[in-house]
Amino acid sequence: MHNHTLAQLAQQLQQGTCSSEELTRETLRRINEQDEKLNAFITVCEQEALSAAKAADAMRAAGKATALTGIPIAHKDILCTEGVRTTVASRMLSNYVSPYDATCVAQLKAAGAVMVGKTNLDEFAMGSSNENSHFNPCRNPWDPSRVPGGSSGGSAAAVAGRLVVAASGTDTGGSIRQPAALTGVTGLKPTYGRVSRYGLIAFASSLDQAGPLTQTAEDAAMMLQAMAGFDQRDSTSIDQAVPDYCATLNDSLEGVKIGLPKEYFDKIDSRVVETVLTGVEELKKLGASVKEVSLPHTSLAVSAYYVIAPAEASSNLARFDGVRYGHRCDNPKNLEDFYKRSRSEGLGNEVQRRILIGTYVLSAGYYDAYYLKAQKIRRLISQDFQNAFADVDVLLSPTSPTTAFKLGEHAHNPVEMYMTDVNTVAINLAGLPGLSLPAGFIDDLPVGMQLIGNHFTEAKLLNVGHRYQQVSDWHQKLPPTFE
Amino acid sequence: MAINVNEVAHLARLQIEADAIETVRDKLEQIKTLVEHINSVDTSDVTPMSHPFDQLQRLRADNISETDERQQLQKMAPLTEAGFYLVPKVIERE
Repeated sequence: MHNHTLAQLAQQLQQGTCSSEELTRETLRRINEQDEKLNAFITVCEQEALSAAKAADAMRAAGKATALTGIPIAHKDILCTEGVRTTVASRMLSNYVSPYDATCVAQLKAAGAVMVGKTNLDEFAMGSSNENSHFNPCRNPWDPSRVPGGSSGGSAAAVAGRLVVAASGTDTGGSIRQPAALTGVTGLKPTYGRVSRYGLIAFASSLDQAGPLTQTAEDAAMMLQAMAGFDQRDSTSIDQAVPDYCATLNDSLEGVKIGLPKEYFDKIDSRVVETVLTGVEELKKLGASVKEVSLPHTSLAVSAYYVIAPAEASSNLARFDGVRYGHRCDNPKNLEDFYKRSRSEGLGNEVQRRILIGTYVLSAGYYDAYYLKAQKIRRLISQDFQNAFADVDVLLSPTSPTTAFKLGEHAHNPVEMYMTDVNTVAINLAGLPGLSLPAGFIDDLPVGMQLIGNHFTEAKLLNVGHRYQQVSDWHQKLPPTFE
Repeated sequence: MAINVNEVAHLARLQIEADAIETVRDKLEQIKTLVEHINSVDTSDVTPMSHPFDQLQRLRADNISETDERQQLQKMAPLTEAGFYLVPKVIERE
């Protein structure tokens, strides 16, 4: 059962082969049995899950079931879930229980999905390895001495190890796509504004997006269907109709023009390039045409991102001051001591580092040189993509420069860690959708292939992904110790 | 000019221990070197982009739509009294 896709489970539930309660009990049992190897979960909510499963079975009996009704899923522990703690993997919020559900959580709940728990992440979504967690690192199911990627490491590992069939993640600079690539699962970052950010604890408000991590593109389409939509409570939510993502999954790829941005194949492990190009050949056989394109300002993306994201983070994390929620220090001497110690005790090193850089680039005398300049680079990067999309329908690249690296490998050099985002950050800066698909293995470690589309073309990305998965089986492979 | 960690930490209301300042500064300088790469291109004719679609802030009608949930919201507060949040004294009187 644990190796079935979401689509298959949905069919079994619909046919009455199993009940949501049975499926949920099985999921909880498997998490209990397997998670000690991964540490993918921060919180497992057994009572709430069984209660929701029973409600889903009742919903089905009353004829009100939808595609996701009764499906057990997990949420990245950065999305607010009413009554179940949301820690953001930080000491600052280790006991925070939100009084409301994030909109995308509420939408999945309304569709009848059953939340089994909250998954591990890099603290406040700041990281690319899930090593920056107050609740200890998460491990890669393919090799427990290696990272699952980050920041949505827990969600990726949980799906890859088949502890849960689907999980939500969030992506600010690659945090859905990179862990998906490193663990051999499918991960989608929607267009900025496609999924509501209400209830998504903010890291960088102009970049953050929530999206699904699943085994397949088809499963991702089913999850996105429930997560997407305009929300008036999120002032950056875009009022654009949500298409039926499943309806076009099987469209032919005849005539689809795929562009390979040459800058995205540079500075990448040659075996990763080779693996991804093999995937490109499959797409050509399906009727797509392929050409090389250029995104000339790519080399500036990581630099611009590490000005903008920390700047926005420094502003967003100013609210964690020990006053209304979260960690508060003992015996403060005065207000200044109160703020400084509450924050320094509650927030981890990487988070503090990013707040400091962010504060620096926004401070008097530096704002124009750094923040404003980075916003101009952002426009150039965005224009590069628009120029490319005048010529091609979809862009394709390796998701990550290497396969999963060892725990501790980049721990002493933050910049080295930041460079692992080289192929993902520009997509966030431009607000575009990106999909990472399992594309092969190198030394038994997964390799991901990234598809990038123009704004609101998730249906096209999922279509290309689905057709590719019909002629490949990378997405069906299981880590040996998780069979 | 090197980053003044004490100054920036104060602005950010973070406390960096004296024996950690050097290490913190080194790491911040490494990041600064990474980001200064943005200066390698001329952007004098480019408009800054703060939103991927240059969206303007959407406004709504000024109607009351929220209810008072103070009691529920203060359940998670560290220290409250009579509906107020308790903090160390802010204003010193002469």
